[in-house]
Amino acid sequence: MYKKSAPLLFVAPYVVLFTVFIIVPVVMAMALSFTNFDAIQRPQFIGLLNFTNLFTQDLIFLQFVLPNAILFAVIVGPGGYALAFFIAWSLAQVNKGPRTVLALCMYTPSMTAGVAIAVLWQIIFLGNPQGYLNGLLINWGIITEPINFMVNADYILPIIIVVSLWSSMGVGFLAMLAGVLNVNPELYEAAAIDGVKSRLQEVFYITIPSMKPQMLFGAVMSIVGAFQAGAIGVALTGANPTPHYAGQLMVNHIDDYGFIRYEMGYASAVSIVLLGIIFGFSSMSRRVFKED
Amino acid sequence: MNRTNPKRFSKDQIPLYLYLIPLAVFMAAPIVFIVFHAFKPMDELFAHPPRFLVSRPTLDNFTNLFRMAAGATVPLSRYVFNSVVVTFTAVMGTVMFSSMAAFALSKMRWKYAGVLFTINNLALMFVPTAVTIPRYMTITGIGIDNTYFAHILPLMATPVVLFLVKQNMDNQVPNELIEAAHVDGATPWGIYRGVVLPMIRPAIATGAILSFQLVWNNLETSQLFTTSESVRTLAFYMSTLAATGGIAGQGMAAAAGLFMFVPNLLLFIVMQSRVMNTMAHSGLK
Repeated sequence: MYKKSAPLLFVAPYVVLFTVFIIVPVVMAMALSFTNFDAIQRPQFIGLLNFTNLFTQDLIFLQFVLPNAILFAVIVGPGGYALAFFIAWSLAQVNKGPRTVLALCMYTPSMTAGVAIAVLWQIIFLGNPQGYLNGLLINWGIITEPINFMVNADYILPIIIVVSLWSSMGVGFLAMLAGVLNVNPELYEAAAIDGVKSRLQEVFYITIPSMKPQMLFGAVMSIVGAFQAGAIGVALTGANPTPHYAGQLMVNHIDDYGFIRYEMGYASAVSIVLLGIIFGFSSMSRRVFKED
Repeated sequence: MNRTNPKRFSKDQIPLYLYLIPLAVFMAAPIVFIVFHAFKPMDELFAHPPRFLVSRPTLDNFTNLFRMAAGATVPLSRYVFNSVVVTFTAVMGTVMFSSMAAFALSKMRWKYAGVLFTINNLALMFVPTAVTIPRYMTITGIGIDNTYFAHILPLMATPVVLFLVKQNMDNQVPNELIEAAHVDGATPWGIYRGVVLPMIRPAIATGAILSFQLVWNNLETSQLFTTSESVRTLAFYMSTLAATGGIAGQGMAAAAGLFMFVPNLLLFIVMQSRVMNTMAHSGLK
């Protein structure tokens, strides 16, 4: 057999990169979250003060960021996840040719995430009659004055949610599509004999239980997607903080404190809370889709 | 009862098409819009009411884009060169290091394999933007800021690629085959190169696509880890053009967006059957 050192040599390059760029930053964020640090002077240890401030004093966080983040995460997370499963399940029931084309249409937007293509949405939601949506609405006589979508607090969050949902059919969606397609057909036949009658029963008793691993993978991807969003709001409105904090999400709050106010310790505390939330939700979904 | 993966069209499918087609149109429309927008002449960009289709397509936006780039401090070719070098290196590195690690975790029996894979699974939840600050400090700390390495190395640690490749090795490469190769006297490296890699080509292709999308489209590494224009990437430059804004900039920005997006799309179309094959074996347990 191979030498004892062989596995170590094979994992070494990956483990080194993983440690330097994932583990070290997370550990540093944990350490900094207990400090007051302005990036110039040495960090000062202040215990849990950052965390208590975050949940008791930070009005922007409590009034805007947290409610925005929860609303956003609920719609884009579970909402986007359910939608992705529903689309995957529907696509699995049409012929291969059309299915490939339709699946490509669904997946394509996810490839635009974070690209210079944010400009597309700026053109569509431009706040004057030259903006595509404004132009259309005026032309149809629905509105007379253009709506300043990117400044008006009522529109910013809904727009961010729609754009995020639009681009959320990524690898998780593809995994679920592959999962539905690979359910053993004999299971459906057996279930029909056992008295499973409606399509809905079939989905819950056969399809989902047979593809738990893909469901879980999709769930984790959805949760991560729902909480790491933030760049799109800044790209659309051209400002962090977004106007009236209307599109402010956790990630934006971190950037606001870290790169604009230079309160690195506080920003790190928010990061840790964010990672904790993601971890909590992922553990929950792990429990739901555990293989018996 | 079961209608999954039908061989031919039947009437049952009509209701599905009734919502799948409009949904696909909604998903694809913004992309099609930007394609048309990129080819619109000035008067059509300004048209009121705005039009979806282009009636007299022109390459003006692209020529303007390149003309403007010619006046920049750093020539466009430099950004293109940077992006190509960075993307190529990062994709190759990701695929190679992830598959090597996956081989050790999937096919070698040793003490820490399970723990490492669990840690990697936890890292699927890792959100790089959440720890931008310590990441920045790490990168300046090891002194790779303002170099190509600042674009390449951080993006080479992608837990999802290791995860996909490892799951596929578990399912696609029989252990008996590895043992047989051992008996024949093959070295671990020989088995990895000669036996395992050829059997998991679809997973490798999928990992490469995911890595490509991550690196090619990435703005953050340029924004955060570099200060000198000469090491920044095309994605970053294109996004600064988009930010120039205004109606005149719109056509150019659309052209720039298209320019960045098309490589993603082509690559995915070429590889899509391999991606689907990989995903079938990629559940999280």
